[in-house]
Amino acid sequence: MIDKIRSSPAEALKDVADGATVMIGGFGTAGLPDELIAALMAQGARELTIVNNNAGNGDTGLAALLAAGRVRKIICSFPRQADSWHFDKLYREGRIELELVPQGNLAERIRAAGAGIGGFFTPTGYGTELAQGKETREIGGRMYVLESPIHADYALIKAERGDRWGNLCYRMTARNFGPVMAMAARVTVATVHEIVELGTLDPEAVVTPGLFVQHVVRVPRTRTTAGGVKEPA
Amino acid sequence: MNRWTKDQMARRVAQDIVDGMVVNLGIGMPTAVANHIGADREVMMHSENGIIGFGPAPRAGEEDYDLINAGKQPVTLLPGGCFFHHADSFAMMRGGHLDVCVLGAFQVAGNGDLANWHTGAADAIPAVGGAMDLAIGARRTWVMMEHTTKSGEAKIVPRCSYPLTGLACVSRIYTDLAVIELTPAGAMVLERVEGLSFEELQARTGVALGR
Repeated sequence: MIDKIRSSPAEALKDVADGATVMIGGFGTAGLPDELIAALMAQGARELTIVNNNAGNGDTGLAALLAAGRVRKIICSFPRQADSWHFDKLYREGRIELELVPQGNLAERIRAAGAGIGGFFTPTGYGTELAQGKETREIGGRMYVLESPIHADYALIKAERGDRWGNLCYRMTARNFGPVMAMAARVTVATVHEIVELGTLDPEAVVTPGLFVQHVVRVPRTRTTAGGVKEPA
Repeated sequence: MNRWTKDQMARRVAQDIVDGMVVNLGIGMPTAVANHIGADREVMMHSENGIIGFGPAPRAGEEDYDLINAGKQPVTLLPGGCFFHHADSFAMMRGGHLDVCVLGAFQVAGNGDLANWHTGAADAIPAVGGAMDLAIGARRTWVMMEHTTKSGEAKIVPRCSYPLTGLACVSRIYTDLAVIELTPAGAMVLERVEGLSFEELQARTGVALGR
């Protein structure tokens, strides 16, 4: 019997090792797995490499993990925000490494890892300082930059609904990085607001097939600091 | 000196967005373009965080923070709209499936080079987001910006001094003074704000203008 349902975020994250690369889904508060980030904070792993679109907001979640000195390196597209003060301070003090990646290259590098691609040529960033030192090639009269896959030990993502095989559906723009991160990590942990019986999810509407997911944890729907989400329909 | 307001600039950009286009509006000034696309045109709005076919902001109290745009503001979904993951969203850009993107800019060079992500200042924390993907991905990249800096320096320049976002990607510039098309034959003035002479416009522009 296959049963990927776990009783808590802590149980799903108990084996994260020091030095691990951890992908964290989310764009804004949509798709941000708050409970998993809190569990990673409590779990204690250090020297982490974090892959997320941003570099933490305010004083909670990823920002708290940074402030606690647990992150060695962050790979992201948009670290600087009005409320990214913990990252800003660490960066200015030279206490965190930043790999800045154009957002589409970030998504595609993650997808490539999950798809078994060893690298790909992209036009994005060609001729800019973010492509400095990278191999380039002219293909069909256009210039491209060689980009490499980003693999991870863990992906922490937020979905809407799942089953014991790990099949997932998402809710609106909370989908964002979830499906590609689930593919790219050795261990993917997904929170869902609802666990349903196997065979209940519409097979035509499953976005992440269960083979990409190792642990599913149900968490209550909470209002976000940004203003809250609607109750499920 | 007479200048178009931001609202007038947004209306002018919107005039060039025709029925059936797939459009991505950048964060900041370009977002206002959506307010001027009338009901006579059906336009599919794309946002990098995995949504196409979104509509205006919801009424107060109806905000849903799972339904947001790239600026992280709540939006609504129009009939026909749908969601997709980030790699697909950027495939839409990079793959040339967007008709137009409208971006803000620090500088645009006469050859269409764009600088809009980083001032290059030593203490600045760089952040790029989706700017580089959009700039080179959309079939047409239009820039909406003030014609000069606050201190009066030209923002349309022979060569960008700020770090580049994309090479030779901008085809049209909408400023508070003019609409300028960048062509292989040079920067051509399509329109000027009322009361501004061609010579006055040229004096505020870093590249030779044609008409």
